[in-house]
Amino acid sequence: MTAHKASASHEETTRGSALLTNAVGLHARPSVKLTQLAKTYQAIVSVATEPTGPWIDAKSPVKIMRVKAPKGTTLYFEASGEDAVSAVAALVDLVERRFDEAEEEGHG
Amino acid sequence: MANVGIVIVSHSAKVAEGAADMVRQMVGDEVPLAWAGGNSDGGLGTDVGHILAAIDAAWSAAGVAILVDLGGAETNSEMAIEMLDEARQKRIAICNAPIVEGAVIAATEASGGSPLDIVKQTAEELYPQ
Repeated sequence: MTAHKASASHEETTRGSALLTNAVGLHARPSVKLTQLAKTYQAIVSVATEPTGPWIDAKSPVKIMRVKAPKGTTLYFEASGEDAVSAVAALVDLVERRFDEAEEEGHG
Repeated sequence: MANVGIVIVSHSAKVAEGAADMVRQMVGDEVPLAWAGGNSDGGLGTDVGHILAAIDAAWSAAGVAILVDLGGAETNSEMAIEMLDEARQKRIAICNAPIVEGAVIAATEASGGSPLDIVKQTAEELYPQ
């Protein structure tokens, strides 16, 4: 899945998206990994399942776990702040790597 | 900066150990983690001494968040906390959250370096106020 990143300056929002291709989608373990990764950046990072939102705080494990996006959902990322570009790139990469648990099905 | 530690206190050793396994597998090794479950005879119940040992094992300069299941797990955890010196008492919080989900969520929050009050608050988001 391709990701689209566009950023003009630190003041602007960086955006990206990636298709959930792992079997369980954004369930418990992937949610934990996503929030853990988001927390390593200073940027404000949000996730949505539609390009127009609603936007959810990517650093909140409770809110991310409630998204329960199934396989086949496109996750949209938005970030603002100094390391926003890296944050979006890393999160897109995590989704595209299937959260590093590609063949581990049934472990939600 | 050290991450907040997580202590799981259940009436059942199996529940406590199982919840701890879930934290380790889902969140990883970045957070100090310990559990106490069962009474001193190995039956269902909680034991202040076991809880104190778990607090010691998961101790962190950033503090410890405790997840409990039913009544006695909470009151015995409170007793254990009262037996510690004041400086440590201030760095321990019992979370009002479901034990398994709360442990995973608290550990996830703690693994990002969040302070104790934020770890507790995040776990407690599981029960919408």
